[in-house]
Amino acid sequence: MASQAKNNVIDPIIDNNPITLQVLGICSALAVTTNMTAALIMCIALTSVTAFSGAIISSIRHHIPSSIRIIVQMTVIASLVIIVDQILKAYAYEASKQLSVFVGLIITNCIVLGRAEAYAMKNSPGMSFLDGLGNGLGYSVVLLVVAFFRELFGAGKLFGHTIIPVANEGGWYVPNGLMLLPPSAFFIIGLMIWAIRSWKPQQVEAPDYQIHQVHRTEVL
Amino acid sequence: MEHYLSLFIRSIFVENLALAFFLGMCTFLAVSKKIETALGLGIAVVLVQAITVPTNNLIYQYLLKEGALSWAGLPDVDLSFLGLISYIGVIAAMVQIIEMAMDKYVPALYNALGIFLPLITVNCAILGGTLFMVERDYNLAESAVYGVGSGFGWALAITAIAGIREKLKYSDVPDGLQGLGITFITAGLMALGFMAFSGIQL
Repeated sequence: MASQAKNNVIDPIIDNNPITLQVLGICSALAVTTNMTAALIMCIALTSVTAFSGAIISSIRHHIPSSIRIIVQMTVIASLVIIVDQILKAYAYEASKQLSVFVGLIITNCIVLGRAEAYAMKNSPGMSFLDGLGNGLGYSVVLLVVAFFRELFGAGKLFGHTIIPVANEGGWYVPNGLMLLPPSAFFIIGLMIWAIRSWKPQQVEAPDYQIHQVHRTEVL
Repeated sequence: MEHYLSLFIRSIFVENLALAFFLGMCTFLAVSKKIETALGLGIAVVLVQAITVPTNNLIYQYLLKEGALSWAGLPDVDLSFLGLISYIGVIAAMVQIIEMAMDKYVPALYNALGIFLPLITVNCAILGGTLFMVERDYNLAESAVYGVGSGFGWALAITAIAGIREKLKYSDVPDGLQGLGITFITAGLMALGFMAFSGIQL
């Protein structure tokens, strides 16, 4: 039981990462990663929503009729997101302005609904909570890595503190403006997937189409 | 008229939901292996977007906005915190209604789009369109134009990437990049292309 709980938390971080392997929840992974602060707040918001929605949905799973389960799950998730949104507006107004619509979009983040549907509907509340936590952490790892590269190379800062002095403030580093623009997020995640799959070759996808290799004995 | 036209063009190219705001990325990457399916999904998104954005606009303007209930004699009520749950409810219900209506009146279209319609409820491009509409405070006409335009832009992006991926499968991609990795990089290059539209003021 204890190892099961540990697996639920550890497994989604690298081996079964929701973003790089399951292709879920990518929208916000790309949009809020221009700086570390926004990314960190987004991670905390998403992890808590995933964990609590797992626990709540799992505890009422025997009472949900299967024909309307999606809408019930949506209602639970939307209520949790409203709570997160209101908390952010009350205690971190600047950050909530910066995240703009992306806090609301946690509702349609596929990780939350995907875990509710795939795990919480079949398992006990405690386990579902841990599963949500693990998947939230897996998402957070990717988000923070992407944000780290984008903020460091795009603005020479981390969490708003200068790390590399940039050229127009008298330093030596000329910031790479592309890092702050949308396309760089795609490139960084693409390269990250490449790195993870080179490290763990079992995640490599089989190619759709194989060029037929002609052996010289066939030609003769 | 000019105002609406420029809003339409801007929502397609400059503020493309998929490539500038990364909305609907999950479906964008998962359902873009074939042009036909991508196109079908694109059309479904345009349809749903064109209906839900104006509907949510009415709900926002007449029920939820601060002071919106003054027609009911309640000028101090601010229900905007209920926004998220109402919008997602409207989207889920609308998708269901469209599905049933299409099944009854245009079965050919229903069969073509059938499997994609339920998927659209959780497509963040739809909710994203509504939330941008609220954030920018569009009126009803603007939101209708924005709904169609942003849906169309998303459809354009997914059809384009499906076209690229159909060709891409014949190329020799390194093992680790196979599939998802190379799709990300392609999408990045497309986003770079769409950046050429940014800064255009209409």
